[in-house]
Amino acid sequence: MWWSALSLALREIRRNLLRSTLTMLGIIIGVAAVIIMVTIGNGTTAKISAQIESLGSNMLILRPGQRFLRGSRAAAKPLEASDAEALRRELPSVAAAAGITNKAVTVVYGNNNWTTSVSGTENDYLIVRKWSLARGRLISDGEQRAGASVCLLGATVQRELFGNLDPLGETIRLGKIACEVIGLLVTKGQSAMGSDQDDAILMPLRAHWRLISGQQKVSHIYLSARDDTSKTQRDVALLMRERRHIGPSDADDFSIIDMKEIAKTMTGTTEIMTSLLGAVAAVSLIVGGIGIMNIMLVSVTERTREIGIRLAIGALEREVQRQFLVEAVVLSSVGGIAGILLALIASYFIAGALQVPLVFDSSIILLAFVFSAVVGVVFGYVPARKAARLDPIEALRHE
Amino acid sequence: MIELQQLSKTYGKGVAAVEALRDVNLSVHAGEFIAMMGPSGSGKSTCMNILGFLDNPSQGCYRFQDSAVETLSRNQRALLRRHFIGFVFQGFNLLARTTALENVELPLIYRRMPRAERYVRAMAAMAAVGLDGREGHTPAELSGGQQQRVAIARALVTDPALLLADEPTGNLDSARGHEIMALLARLNQERGLTIIMVTHEADIAAYASRVVQFHDGHIQNEVCN
Ligand SMILES: Nc1ncnc2c1ncn2[C@@H]1O[C@H](COP(=O)(O)OP(=O)(O)O)[C@@H](O)[C@H]1O
Ligand SMILES: [Mg+2]
Repeated sequence: MWWSALSLALREIRRNLLRSTLTMLGIIIGVAAVIIMVTIGNGTTAKISAQIESLGSNMLILRPGQRFLRGSRAAAKPLEASDAEALRRELPSVAAAAGITNKAVTVVYGNNNWTTSVSGTENDYLIVRKWSLARGRLISDGEQRAGASVCLLGATVQRELFGNLDPLGETIRLGKIACEVIGLLVTKGQSAMGSDQDDAILMPLRAHWRLISGQQKVSHIYLSARDDTSKTQRDVALLMRERRHIGPSDADDFSIIDMKEIAKTMTGTTEIMTSLLGAVAAVSLIVGGIGIMNIMLVSVTERTREIGIRLAIGALEREVQRQFLVEAVVLSSVGGIAGILLALIASYFIAGALQVPLVFDSSIILLAFVFSAVVGVVFGYVPARKAARLDPIEALRHE
Repeated sequence: MIELQQLSKTYGKGVAAVEALRDVNLSVHAGEFIAMMGPSGSGKSTCMNILGFLDNPSQGCYRFQDSAVETLSRNQRALLRRHFIGFVFQGFNLLARTTALENVELPLIYRRMPRAERYVRAMAAMAAVGLDGREGHTPAELSGGQQQRVAIARALVTDPALLLADEPTGNLDSARGHEIMALLARLNQERGLTIIMVTHEADIAAYASRVVQFHDGHIQNEVCN
């Protein structure tokens, strides 16, 4: 009986193919919207996680001033290069530590100039940032100690200043200072915040002090935790309190940022956005269901005579009801399947355009399908009930 | 088999009320062949609908095989229709856009008969009313007489206990009409099929064992042939 209801439903749907397709369109769009939203949302989350990962794993950033107090940063005692050295030497939980100081400088090579951030930093910086050299050589310990005027170029700076030429061994001008390019860094891409990580020049910390900033200060210390970032964070805080002579009752005058925490916050935000957009899209599924109900009601009116004949011949109420209910469910679930296919294709292209990875969540796809079938049951119920409750005599008299 | 007592049926209310049947008394035994005659509007179709559990009387009592039909639920009456009644409607009432064969198969589907058996029985019923070769035609592709015979085949295919036929030969030429009547008379005699038939033609009514004359919603007289 279920089988014959199904074949009847399919026949009825084929008979009104255009109308059935238009009716299904509501469900198709609803299901596709839900799946596309969730797929692209998940892809964005994955992309952000990957970008934060690319900043350096187990990375902590130490900086002067309280994190959430305005102006406290400027007022606070600056960090010293010796702090970085002490962290490296005294804390086993610190794998690497590098003080850094930055300044925006216009860099010139030949006729090209480019304004970028020039960083003076220690050799551990590349370890913390998990950044490696594409070509050339690293800054030697001797060059670090002496503050030699040598530098490493990020991929963007290299492209802007040199184009297709080979920068290795060339001399560039940082303001008034001449500086030799000894190495080229590999491409790191965009950060999670959207800034270009490759738009950078690295030079020995002491060269930066001597030739560019003119002060012996570091603005941040980049740290790499050996394993557990929260333990390292505690160790670093204790040592820094001691070095900065903070009394037991006083608050820290520095802050430690854990990149893992930031990653969690950011992916958390996109996850909320994803659920929100998915929920909005789900509303359109309900609108699609109302479309099905509307068409089924029209269909019941049109087929009143047929229903009368079936009832007169001995069909039970529940058999007529089942016939129309199956028709509604077939409409909605075929629409659901079409919506899933549409979503798979559309997500592929949208993910390509937005450059996010394609992360299909099979449970969402299954849920969307089940939901579309349920929409058919819910919105098919009223028309099916109406058909089943018809009076056979009146239905037979219907023209 | 059938017992109608003081049966009345009123359509509408107040001044617009139409008394289609009033105080109808009729008893039919299993195996009888009854013809109902009377001018149009005299309540024959209304009476047939009540006999076929499609409609309820306004007053009076209808006993079918010793159970009071008025007390049955919608589903119970549908099951009675399914298992006991073959109904030839005055207006044929075939499913449009559906082939003749599928129309004839329809009551068997609701009896949950397997497909193969259904096909054999439906083909046999089509052949019995002289429609072999027309199985694949839809009602729109058939003449009025052919549609009427499809309706008769559909009523007979289930091998019912009671055949209710509302002017079954109304659209047939006289030769066809007599062929169909011969078929019904044979089923009545050989299988004990109980038949109640509405007709306007005296020579068709002559096949019946008893003729019930309707007038103004009332049974005027009964004549045994
Ligand atoms: N559904 C209905 N609503 C109102 N009046 C009806 C209805 N069906 C039949 N009638 C009236 O009842 C009377 C009997 O009709 P019917 O039984 O069809 O007569 P017959 O079949 O003998 O020609 C007629 O006057 C007809 O107009
Ligand atoms: Mg009539």
